[in-house]
Amino acid sequence: MLAYTIKRLIAGVITVWFIATATFFAMHQVPGDPLMNDKAVTPEIRANLEKKYGLDKSKTEQYFIFLGNMLQGDFGISFTQQNRRVNDIIRDHFPVSATLGLLAIFFATTGGVLWGALTAIYRNQLPDVIIMFFVILGISVPSFVFAALGQLMLVNINSFFGQSIIPVAGWGTIWHMLMPSMVLGLGTMALLTRLMRSSMLEVVNEDYIKTARAKGLSPTRIFFRHQLRNAILPVITVLGPQIAAITTGGFVVELVFAIPGLGRYFVQAVQQLDYTVIMGTTVFYGAFLVLMVIMVDILYGFIDPRVRLS
Amino acid sequence: MSTYQPVAGDFEPLTTQQQVEVISRPSLSYWQDAWLRLQQNTRAIISLGIIVMLAIFTLIGPLAWTADPALQDLNQVSQAPSWPKTALLVAPYKSWAGITLANYESPDSYPTTVPAVTGFKVLDNPTTQRVRLIWDPVPGADGYNVYRNNREPLDFNDLGLPLGSTYGDQISYEDRLSLEAREYYYSVVPTDGLDEYEIYTQAIVTPTLALTPDEALERGLISDIDLPGQGQEIVIEFHPFGTDYLGRDMLARLMQGARVSLFIGIVAPFLYVLAGIAYGGIAGYFGGRLDAILMRFSDFVVALPFLLFMILFKIAFGIGPGESGILPMLIALVLLGWPATARLVRGQVLQIREEGYIEAARLLGARDHYLILRHIIPNTMGVILVTLTFSVPSAIFTEAFLSFIGMGVAPPTPSWGSMCNEGVKTMLSHPHELIFPALFISITVLAFNLLGDGLTEALDSKMRSRE
Amino acid sequence: MKVFTVFLTCLFFELALADLAATSVNFESQTITIALVQEPPQLNSMKATDQVSLMVLGHLMQGLVQYDRRGNVIPGVAMRWELNDKEATFWLRDNARWSDGNPVTAHDFVFAWRNALKPETASEYAFILYPIKNAEAINTGKVAATELGVEAINDVILKVTFERPTGYFIKLTSFATYYPVREEFWVTKKDRYGADAVDLLYNGPFVMTNWTHSASLNMVKNQLYWDKQNISLNAINAEYITADTRARLNLFIDGKIVHTRLDGETSKDALTQRFRIRRFTTGSVFFIEYNHRPGRPTNNLNLRRAIQHVFDADEMVNRVLATPGNLRGESLFPVWLNGVNDKFRREYPAPLAIYDVAKARQYLALAKDELGSIGPLVLLVSDTPTATKQAEYMQGVLGNKLGLELKIDVQTFKQRLAKMTSGDFDMVGAGWGPDFDDIMTFGDLFASWNLNNRGRYNNPQYDRLIRTAMNSTVPRIRMDAMGEIQQIVHDDAVILPQYEQGVIYLLHPRLKGVVRRVVGTDPDYTHAKVVP
Repeated sequence: MLAYTIKRLIAGVITVWFIATATFFAMHQVPGDPLMNDKAVTPEIRANLEKKYGLDKSKTEQYFIFLGNMLQGDFGISFTQQNRRVNDIIRDHFPVSATLGLLAIFFATTGGVLWGALTAIYRNQLPDVIIMFFVILGISVPSFVFAALGQLMLVNINSFFGQSIIPVAGWGTIWHMLMPSMVLGLGTMALLTRLMRSSMLEVVNEDYIKTARAKGLSPTRIFFRHQLRNAILPVITVLGPQIAAITTGGFVVELVFAIPGLGRYFVQAVQQLDYTVIMGTTVFYGAFLVLMVIMVDILYGFIDPRVRLS
Repeated sequence: MSTYQPVAGDFEPLTTQQQVEVISRPSLSYWQDAWLRLQQNTRAIISLGIIVMLAIFTLIGPLAWTADPALQDLNQVSQAPSWPKTALLVAPYKSWAGITLANYESPDSYPTTVPAVTGFKVLDNPTTQRVRLIWDPVPGADGYNVYRNNREPLDFNDLGLPLGSTYGDQISYEDRLSLEAREYYYSVVPTDGLDEYEIYTQAIVTPTLALTPDEALERGLISDIDLPGQGQEIVIEFHPFGTDYLGRDMLARLMQGARVSLFIGIVAPFLYVLAGIAYGGIAGYFGGRLDAILMRFSDFVVALPFLLFMILFKIAFGIGPGESGILPMLIALVLLGWPATARLVRGQVLQIREEGYIEAARLLGARDHYLILRHIIPNTMGVILVTLTFSVPSAIFTEAFLSFIGMGVAPPTPSWGSMCNEGVKTMLSHPHELIFPALFISITVLAFNLLGDGLTEALDSKMRSRE
Repeated sequence: MKVFTVFLTCLFFELALADLAATSVNFESQTITIALVQEPPQLNSMKATDQVSLMVLGHLMQGLVQYDRRGNVIPGVAMRWELNDKEATFWLRDNARWSDGNPVTAHDFVFAWRNALKPETASEYAFILYPIKNAEAINTGKVAATELGVEAINDVILKVTFERPTGYFIKLTSFATYYPVREEFWVTKKDRYGADAVDLLYNGPFVMTNWTHSASLNMVKNQLYWDKQNISLNAINAEYITADTRARLNLFIDGKIVHTRLDGETSKDALTQRFRIRRFTTGSVFFIEYNHRPGRPTNNLNLRRAIQHVFDADEMVNRVLATPGNLRGESLFPVWLNGVNDKFRREYPAPLAIYDVAKARQYLALAKDELGSIGPLVLLVSDTPTATKQAEYMQGVLGNKLGLELKIDVQTFKQRLAKMTSGDFDMVGAGWGPDFDDIMTFGDLFASWNLNNRGRYNNPQYDRLIRTAMNSTVPRIRMDAMGEIQQIVHDDAVILPQYEQGVIYLLHPRLKGVVRRVVGTDPDYTHAKVVP
């Protein structure tokens, strides 16, 4: 187990290095640069700026400088927010996105497993139809619609009570986190419901379930002990990348609910071609994703002993 | 004691007897069996029906409903679905100088209060081309603000949209701001050039829907500019599903958008799920080193910043401005979409390859590719079909996003996803702009979902036994 | 289990009540809560360029002069001044203080202006200091910063020598780049100057007490401000930062912020809620800029005239933009600019292009004769929804009325800038907002030396007129020159003016005295107060 983990971590480091390299050169290929702005500056000032930020060197040279800095953990200073170090930006804002993301995953997983199991048990009956209807809605309607509707719902709740009970936007208390994380988790919840459903349907017909029932075990025990554990495997598989996707993809929700997360920074960085922030956040997210995947793979082996890992 | 003595001729050799076990049905292969079962599944039939109807809508629809999806009708912006309307032909619009007071001088000091405006009324017939308002000057005022509301104002704070301001010597205002044929409550407020005096006068105006002969001629509603006299009513274009934010016919745009969306929404997921199956199947089956390398590469693809690489693709493929880059977009979608399926399939394969029958088949001499294609993949069908169903809307919306940043279809070509993007902005006031494309996307998703369910039941060997 | 439930319930109520107290205005404590559209990239007055930073800085700092409610220049740090063709002299008040207690002196201005012009500071607004002698030379690296034509005679007298006569110089000094900076403080911070609340010194009506990046920014009344008895508000708290108009409207409805801007869609919600909607013309002009480089079809005058006669600005403003406050685009110069005695546009009315499809087609035929055939034209726009909507409208207009094919080139911000600079477009959707309160901020846009003239329009007569206006301080001469420029822009169809931007917004009814400005701090809460 330990050997396996170490091997995976080494492979992970190499993967992150590939990600950094590919992104670096892709970023420099795109036309435009962080120094261009609506108000044009004189060529002299521009030359000065390039020198100051090291953009006058060749791309390969810049790459090795970047690599050297990265190994020391220094991602430089943001081009658009010239007083903030990229490390500070990540350190300040990632925990917010992570909290939001984890809460969303929590909602998505508990909801998805629950609804999925229900649809499988009551297959082709009313609960199944209703839940599947909402699942279809959940994946056909884009997330920004849900975000807008969610916020609207909060406004209406507050005006119904005559005072502001649940905050409509912002960050700080658990009340700020409820609606945004639910909205963020909706898409994943729909996916997990569906996965869980199809997986449960297969498990329900297995022989060992029949045996358990014949043995006289109560339905609840069968459900939690046998059905759930076996059906949950595809959910676990997809959970790793989903955690990473939700944590990094919370941009729309962060925008609508005025949440100071990293997602907004990242999208703006690409639009503004803020080289340092792009590299810093990409490497960071890449490392985070790789870590999530490793953890999920290890978890997979624990849950299903039949799966040998190497 | 038996006294029987066998004699030749007592026994005859046994002839072929009738078989006890008879196969009463023709022998079916796995796929033939599945097809039969599919046909019996009501849900699958419904979904196939929906798909056929969508195909008719896309391919034959434009032949039946010939409105031009790119034609902008700025007299009918964001109209909800309604019955055909008639409009009045009026004289061509001439810009109006308004009424200005001669010999006007700004007051030396500004009084604390002024009387309300009097004589506030419409100059002549108000039409949706323009509403001309005039009023009497108020002594002491150095300007006026004009407001318009869709319902009666309750108090000074509820006057509605601030249309404009005039200088002290202008005692008229012409309103042309997206006028519709409905009742409007205008208010005029005197100001001191900067601040308002808190007193207002109201006028109720209902403009008539009107068109100038030029506009009517451009749209082909009249044939000759002199023929129908002004003051005549003509029938204007009918939009059964309403219009969008530039007055284009929704139905025509939905039909045109169907082509792009359905093509992308079906072909792209199909392709990248196929790629994912191949990739994940191989990785999961062979395991070990190959699995590790393949999965690390898949992680690498997932971690790349999406927007950045999309911009890069756009340049790499050399899509010119305003050109439809459907093929590059398809390639981009596939390139970025396969890791998800690959991961799922690999997970399932890891599970299945430990099953007993795989071992048995291998002992019987089955080759790897036979095992993968014939045993493992069909058993992952459940998960695969789920991914497929979910990829359809995901591909449609990703396509909308890509078109928005300049990759994919160029304006004015619509797609359902981009129509949703635009419809969201007017979600509360003109919901039809969002509801129709979203409805079509939902129907498509529903169809594939039902089909997927039907296929699962037809194809899954384990569920078969539960008949 | 029971204990847990009780605990949760208490937590619920405690957290719920915690938020009930927070509302956007408080009469007793005279505090207000606002939302910012985006995180200010930096609060270094020598380098700030964006709206949000300038708005925040306008409350935290003060220059030599400031504006009153009606747009007149009134004393700021300077008590009085004198101006002639060669120089300007300012007498500073002796009770202007920095937030650390030190007095604001003339040396602080000298340091700030020199520093802003240094090439290594790379300030985008350095050009606004160019009327000062040697400023441009310093900025291009030709001479040292100490050669700048500004001198602190003593602590309270500041003398400025001009490069050329600049009648509007006093107004310029209200701009952020002209704010003072204390040298002793700056050297302790260097690159960190303006990074956080503790990395700035304040001499304005408010000081910043806290800046949580991307989340909030808090300002409280500056007790050392020389005019503090006229400041009513005790605190301005920016507790939300989001660019989403609908989110801000929801916050406003929820009573959490005092001000928000509306767009077409959210204005309808505001009407339903029966809020008072206010209007404000931002003073920016939006137009389509042609590519005048040789070889481009848009270099042809007849083609540009054809487009000019087929574009109906009324239709665009009233039906496409469809929000109140926008004015039809008629000229390069917006309506708010001052002329000699009255508004510029009232003294020099803009020449109007009459909408005439037949005439437009004649021009198009002439253009086709001269050019041969005209291939599809490319309109470069940014990837914002409003830009694409306007582009689609133009596509419809050109296609339906002239039979010209227009391709829309949607590009993200930086890619669009790159294309504009390299001239890779036929038409581009552009806009220009005023930098300072004088007609020159719009006038020199299409001078051949202006780097912002991305279409590379080159007209010696235009250049000559600009130089005339730049070298004279007599209003009649300058305005006459600008009037001619306005005529040239129309006759030569240099650009296609589309609209002058207006915005609609909401303001809390109990907050009075908020000022909106075209140039300067906008919105300005300095002299606002909460009424009961």
